[in-house]
Amino acid sequence: MADEATRKAVSQIPLLKTHAGPRDRALWPQRLKEEYQALIRFVEQNKAADNDWFRLESNADGTRWTGTCWFIHELLRYEFRLEFDIPVTYPDTAPEVAVPELDGKTAKMYRGGKICLTEHFAPLWARNAPRFGLAHLMALGLGPWLAVEVPDLISKGLVVHKEQQREAAE
Amino acid sequence: MATVEELKLRVRELENELIKCKQKQCAMEDALHRPKIDKMSAEVVDSNPYSRLMALKRMGVVEDYEKIRTFTVAVVGVGGVGSVTAEMLTRCGIGKLLLFDYDKVELANMNRLFFQPHQAGLSKVEAAELTLRNINPDVLFETHNYNITTMENFTHFMDRISHGGLEEGSPVDLVLSCVDNFEARMAINTACNELGQIWMESGVSENAVSGHIQLIIPGETACFACAPPLVVAANIDEKTLKREGVCAASLPTTMGVVAGLLVQNVLKYLLKFGSVSYYLGYNAMQDFFPTMAMKANPQCNDRHCRRQQEEYNKKEAQRPKVEVVEVEEDVVHEDNEWGIELVSETTDADLQAASGTMPDLPEGITVAYTIPAAQDTTNGETVEETEQSLEDLMAQMRKL
Repeated sequence: MADEATRKAVSQIPLLKTHAGPRDRALWPQRLKEEYQALIRFVEQNKAADNDWFRLESNADGTRWTGTCWFIHELLRYEFRLEFDIPVTYPDTAPEVAVPELDGKTAKMYRGGKICLTEHFAPLWARNAPRFGLAHLMALGLGPWLAVEVPDLISKGLVVHKEQQREAAE
Repeated sequence: MATVEELKLRVRELENELIKCKQKQCAMEDALHRPKIDKMSAEVVDSNPYSRLMALKRMGVVEDYEKIRTFTVAVVGVGGVGSVTAEMLTRCGIGKLLLFDYDKVELANMNRLFFQPHQAGLSKVEAAELTLRNINPDVLFETHNYNITTMENFTHFMDRISHGGLEEGSPVDLVLSCVDNFEARMAINTACNELGQIWMESGVSENAVSGHIQLIIPGETACFACAPPLVVAANIDEKTLKREGVCAASLPTTMGVVAGLLVQNVLKYLLKFGSVSYYLGYNAMQDFFPTMAMKANPQCNDRHCRRQQEEYNKKEAQRPKVEVVEVEEDVVHEDNEWGIELVSETTDADLQAASGTMPDLPEGITVAYTIPAAQDTTNGETVEETEQSLEDLMAQMRKL
């Protein structure tokens, strides 16, 4: 299960109320508003805790999300692009978050750069559907994944800090 | 001036083009394309590709084997299980195959059957069609290279399931789920519940040593959303199973076995012989094959499943009561010499925190996880009512 800090962060994210996926034309806009409300709150909380670590935005109908996430390791900031589609079965199933630029660098990833979550994630999501939203996905899915994978990738030299890379090239 | 990204993309396009050209040339060179066969013959001669299949009729196993040519099957996911499934159906002389997959062939797939190294880079559906057409030109193929779980593709997917049959406009006879993830299974489940489409689900566990097949008749048998995913207890201590540094393992053997079980069930279902399994598990560690049947859940989350149940119950009520032979699968094993037991996928702490009811399942089958019966009522804060419009919220998010 998630560590204490993650649990605490998750408990502060407001839960969502509307059970609607993107095929539900009438209720999806309401769900989307709730998603944004929860995400805004989560980012604000992260900032307040001096642990701001991602940004997300969607297309107009809220079916495709893109953004960036970053991870601080030994005082250096490593930034990655992230993307995912909202599956038709959302929110009963979680979206598959992808970090395309890390594709092929770690075994904890499916093709296309989709991150491989721990065995605990699916039961956790299923038990909390439909009240968990994208903010919860970030906190319980991507966050812990980055915390494990990025330091490992850096230690293996598979992820190099952009400035160091530039220096090496010069 | 083109950017590096654009040029990279162009190189990739050209590489793909080249692979396709090579593929076509190979196909032309080595194909002794046999002509299409109008009518299946039972004649036992070296040149008849259907003689051994038609022998099933003479032996009294199948009443009308030729009927196979009237059926259309959709295979969703053309990976380790789906590709072998499609090959078996092709060799059996199925009428039409619809193939759905968004993935490409990779060298990392070579521990599985069917695909060959020279196909790396091609889309799986395209590579599969080339090979399968060569094996049996009598089969009609329709391929779709996309992810069925996204909005647009899902609509198209539903349309092809309901209109992609042999006679254009008619529905397919059966949908086979050979996908490797929960989202895609749920998407197939959603589509089939809405359309009232009968389908079969298949799966191999991430540790590669168990698998299952399941027949789903919307409204009648449990759909994929009626209960948490049913899995075969692998009888491996979860604590000793190392998940560090890997996502999933796979074996050509387990996948081949599951594909075989799946297509066997398909043939029995379509050609009406033997008994069709509702749920058949395969535990490779102990060579144990648990079976069961599960009725649809009246409280299923999927409203179309509930609608199908109502329709089914109405139909059942109207049917004159013949003696109902209810096969209640209450399997009791006197001895348990292999020490097979239910193994929970979750930790003890998790179970205590949110122990859901364990459905009554036969030995050797369990659920991937449990869900508390009554969602622990809103403890935890929910989002507030807001006057802000969606656009306001989007703008606010962007400004953060």
